[in-house]
Amino acid sequence: MGIFHELTVKPWATDQGKVDDLHAGGTSPPAARKLALRVFLAVVAVLFTLLVTAYSGRMAYEDWRPAPQVSLLWANTLVLILSSVALQWAQYSVRRGRIDAMRVGLLAGGTFTVVFLFGQFLAWRQLATMVYFELTNPAIAFFYLITGLHGAHLLGGLVAWGRTVARVWGDFDVAKTRQSVELCTVYWHFLLLVWLVLFGLLFTGNNLDVLLKLCGIR
Amino acid sequence: MAIAIVLVLLVVGSVLFQFLSPWYFTPIASNWSAMDDTISLTFWVTGVVFVAVNLFLAYCVVRYRHRKDSRAKYEPENKKLEWWLVGLTAAGVAAMLAPGLFVWANFVEVPSDAAVLEVVGRQWSFGFRFPGNDGKLGTVDARHVSDKNPFGMNPDDPNGQDDVLISGSELHLPVDKPVKLLLRSIDVLHNFAVPQFRAKMDLVPGLVTYIWLTPTRTGKFDLLCNELCGVAHFAMRGKVVVEEERAFQAWLSGHPTFAQAAARAPGDAAAGRPLYAVCAACHGAQAEGNPALHAPKLSGQGDWYLQRQLKYFKQGTRGAHDKDVFGKMMAPMAATLGDDTAIDNVSAYIKTLPDNPAPATVKGTASDGMSDWYLVTQLKNFKQGVRGAHPQDMYGPQMALMSEILADDQAINDLVAYINTLR
Amino acid sequence: MDYVAHDASAFAPPAEVDEMELYHPKTFVGKYIWSQDAKVIAIQYAITAIGIGLVALVLSWFMRLQLGFPNSFQFINPSNYLQFVTQHGMIMVIYLLTALFLGGFGNYLIPLMVGARDMVFPYVNMVSYWVYLSAVLLLIASFFVAGGPTGAGWTLYPPQAILQGTPGATWGIILMLVSLALFIIGFTMGGLNYVVTVLQARTRGMTMMRLPLTVWGIFTATILALLAFPALFVSAIMMLLDLTLGTSFFMPALVSMGQQSEHTGGNPLLFQHLFWFFGHPEVYIVALPAFGIVSDLLSVHARKNIFGYRMMVWAIVAIGGLSFLVWAHHMYVSGMNPYFGFFFATTTLIIAIPTALKVYNWVLTLWHGNIRLTVPMLFAIGFIFAFIHGGLTGLFLGNVTVSVPLSDTMFVVAHFHMVMAVAPIMVVFGAIYHWYPKITGRMLNDTLGKFHFWVTFLGTYAVYLPMHYLGFLGVPRRYYAVGGTDFIPASAQSLNAGITIAALIAGAVQAVFLYNLVWSYFKGKPAGGNPWNATTLEWQTPDTPPKHGNFGPTLPSVYRWAYDYSVPGAEQDFIPQNVPAREVARSGTKT
Repeated sequence: MGIFHELTVKPWATDQGKVDDLHAGGTSPPAARKLALRVFLAVVAVLFTLLVTAYSGRMAYEDWRPAPQVSLLWANTLVLILSSVALQWAQYSVRRGRIDAMRVGLLAGGTFTVVFLFGQFLAWRQLATMVYFELTNPAIAFFYLITGLHGAHLLGGLVAWGRTVARVWGDFDVAKTRQSVELCTVYWHFLLLVWLVLFGLLFTGNNLDVLLKLCGIR
Repeated sequence: MAIAIVLVLLVVGSVLFQFLSPWYFTPIASNWSAMDDTISLTFWVTGVVFVAVNLFLAYCVVRYRHRKDSRAKYEPENKKLEWWLVGLTAAGVAAMLAPGLFVWANFVEVPSDAAVLEVVGRQWSFGFRFPGNDGKLGTVDARHVSDKNPFGMNPDDPNGQDDVLISGSELHLPVDKPVKLLLRSIDVLHNFAVPQFRAKMDLVPGLVTYIWLTPTRTGKFDLLCNELCGVAHFAMRGKVVVEEERAFQAWLSGHPTFAQAAARAPGDAAAGRPLYAVCAACHGAQAEGNPALHAPKLSGQGDWYLQRQLKYFKQGTRGAHDKDVFGKMMAPMAATLGDDTAIDNVSAYIKTLPDNPAPATVKGTASDGMSDWYLVTQLKNFKQGVRGAHPQDMYGPQMALMSEILADDQAINDLVAYINTLR
Repeated sequence: MDYVAHDASAFAPPAEVDEMELYHPKTFVGKYIWSQDAKVIAIQYAITAIGIGLVALVLSWFMRLQLGFPNSFQFINPSNYLQFVTQHGMIMVIYLLTALFLGGFGNYLIPLMVGARDMVFPYVNMVSYWVYLSAVLLLIASFFVAGGPTGAGWTLYPPQAILQGTPGATWGIILMLVSLALFIIGFTMGGLNYVVTVLQARTRGMTMMRLPLTVWGIFTATILALLAFPALFVSAIMMLLDLTLGTSFFMPALVSMGQQSEHTGGNPLLFQHLFWFFGHPEVYIVALPAFGIVSDLLSVHARKNIFGYRMMVWAIVAIGGLSFLVWAHHMYVSGMNPYFGFFFATTTLIIAIPTALKVYNWVLTLWHGNIRLTVPMLFAIGFIFAFIHGGLTGLFLGNVTVSVPLSDTMFVVAHFHMVMAVAPIMVVFGAIYHWYPKITGRMLNDTLGKFHFWVTFLGTYAVYLPMHYLGFLGVPRRYYAVGGTDFIPASAQSLNAGITIAALIAGAVQAVFLYNLVWSYFKGKPAGGNPWNATTLEWQTPDTPPKHGNFGPTLPSVYRWAYDYSVPGAEQDFIPQNVPAREVARSGTKT
């Protein structure tokens, strides 16, 4: 039953009452957790959409000076992709009951994420030492803000990841862990997607014309 | 029951308040009477809804109040009635929106014959700039702003050289001529609002915004900042004088262009020394001041301050109020200074005199800067409207509003005693 | 039609209710301090919110004293006047109303009304409150730092919010922004809970369209808040960076107090867009729960089903959706591209249509009702009056041309107080009088309640009706003193004095309300489980006040919508949601 259909029923009508009584109700914690993650991802999506909008809006001004290129970001992107792949592998494994492979996937995913965050930190340092670095340049400020917020979300993910990892040794509830792994994987894929958009944006800052043409402004 | 009666009374009372109260729009003085019309239209539409819905509410409360033997009607919905109400509301909304959008189209489209001028906001005063003979405003940049260049004019821009700069917060406009006001700010958000003009718009640092209007009657109107801009927001005011074209031109030509203002040489202390002889009689040879003669200490004062006050005394902005006894004595003295150059020279000379602390008269120890008794007198003058009330006084009205904070003489003495402790 | 007849319970499958894992605390601290029970958390939210709200009420008195009797009070100067204005607005909008409606009423009512034992994530719910409390404490701390709290206006517009010349431009604003960021983090935790609980934890038979409108209102408002608060979060962080690191998100090149600033190239309007992208939905974050709650108050106390339930739900959803498309109507004179005015005026006036429909349906609920003029009903009628007034003046300000002369005047202040202060607070009071018996087991005193209603209702109208006319005169808002002008007659000052007196009275009478809350807790008339004869599930709990877990050993099953009042054929004039048709006592005479 689609949401639109549901909104048009007459809840007071006798016939509808018979249908509504069939609603089973009740909570299932896994479903609740999955839904909670989706709602949270919607919130995060709004956050980054607003940042992207603000960034591109600012980029259209004449005095826009792009931030210098930090090529380390290419490597970081690759590492983040690897972490997503590793978690996907963990999810694939746990669904097939291959617990050892899952552990490897989980650990690799977390390790790649830590490497990514360290790489981002190095990129920050690199940018800070560049000669024409100035914080008053909006492009550079946006760079720090956007990468910082993205990193903060990954850090938050690592907390959830850590709690999952702590549980997968010895005797443990596979069903519960399986869901934790799945939720982590969804979150990582989402943040990878966000990163790819942000990365594209931060680099098109140097190729403003391309972006403006894409948006039909120029 | 009481609630129904009160609802009816509130409706009747609100309608009567609307028609009988003396508090409503001040008469319009611009071409935007269409704005007033859209407001009247909105009043009629919303007024009818306000009265109708509330009276029906009161009726329901009376008619369907609780009775032991009666029972409410079971009525989950009435689609037809609801859609009718939606339709009627939509019609009412359209009736208000459509005229509003038409007027707005006029508001954003500036007529091509509108004369351009610029309003500059700063904490907490307005300045104005006219494009001069070439009809073009020179470029500006916040980076050029300084004491000597308060408008941030680009000194290298030929278009800017003949721009007429008006530093006072009084703007003159010719009647019946459309004007486009370019608005900008050098610090924070401000707003250009003249209630009689109806149109208003924010001044935004980093951007140039605009409004346009045609003043339709002569007169002098208050200009107010309407966007919170800091502590003295409420004191950021000016005047707009709408007058006949000739009077306007005369007023405009009385102000220096950017080039003229920039060309003025700095004051010459040597040339100022003989001029000071007149001053020394009261203010003392070292400009140390003389309380007995009500002459304040001048040494140590900023030359910009002395220059402004001398000009004010000379042109009657200060020292013209009946109750300003000592100001009236100063005014003819200032008049002995022939022109702006003389004023610059004498203040340059005073600047060379040693700044010895004046003995404290209020409380505390000897103080630098202005004589403390003089501060007390002037604060009282501001508070009583003896000083700062003159329309040409640029910062006086601000200080007058601020001095209101000091409730009584004791507060003034306490404040000055505190200032005595500052070094 | 026989509305009683259907009985599906015979063939409905047995409910597969997966019991929630509830943490059952043993100690006092676990029960009432570090509590994971949504009901306790709700009360913690409510007490904190009302407590800080009282501070804001006192701040409004200071403002009114200055405006009514200028320069009569030594302790009010232009600087702290702005601090009073700012903190009053910020506290009332965010820390009182948002927290009270969502954290307070949301926490208490959602699990009970949908038939759940608790929120789905009780631990996160608890953390949400403690984060909110720390946000409040930081806000209070800002009153005691050097320079005091920020006085930049509740909109915190840069550049002035972080420049000298504005009170609290250093520590005050930093604490304000950090506090807001914390509030948002705390709210997001709570908000996730509310949404998931409504979607996932409804009991057997409780379909979405059987939910009371209270839940619809809070649910939709929560979704709005979840999607709108990120805008405020981002702008708070960006402003913090502008202030502390000297970035230039919002700061163009400018000259502050004669000093060239380091900033360059920022855009103050970007902040305004972000702020109002949050700020306008925020209006509905407060309004929608009020809409929902007042619908239920009207229905219960008029003994009649809410009129046009489906339209009411659609209107809530439509208003929620549209509220993201109207934000720039707060910026008609901000200097943004004036062509935006066409779009935003149109969307803004369109949103008036579903809103008006809600008003019609409230009044039509009373039509053909059997209205009991209880205290909650009085407050509900007071809400309708206030909301009609505030809604209609909104049509002045939403319509771009009409708005220009009124922008930034006292008319705006009067309008948003009618619609965002008086109207919601009427609902808050009505709701407290309505649900207090469930929360404490005792009725609030009726006489004190009626006195409280009359003084509050008439007092607030005496404050805000005349204030609109100060706006027509052109008196600007956020002015410490009007001073001398050529267009404001001297009589406006006596109007201002009158407003101040009314405000002091309307404010002072709240002491009666607080006294009633405390007195009735100990001495009030015992309420029983369902004193108003209401249908919704919170009134059907085995215990009053409901115990941890809400519903005893088995969760209720729901057999009807929330509005079966005065059903033809039933003996009583209400049928609770959990009563199956075969258990409904027939009157036998009427069908």
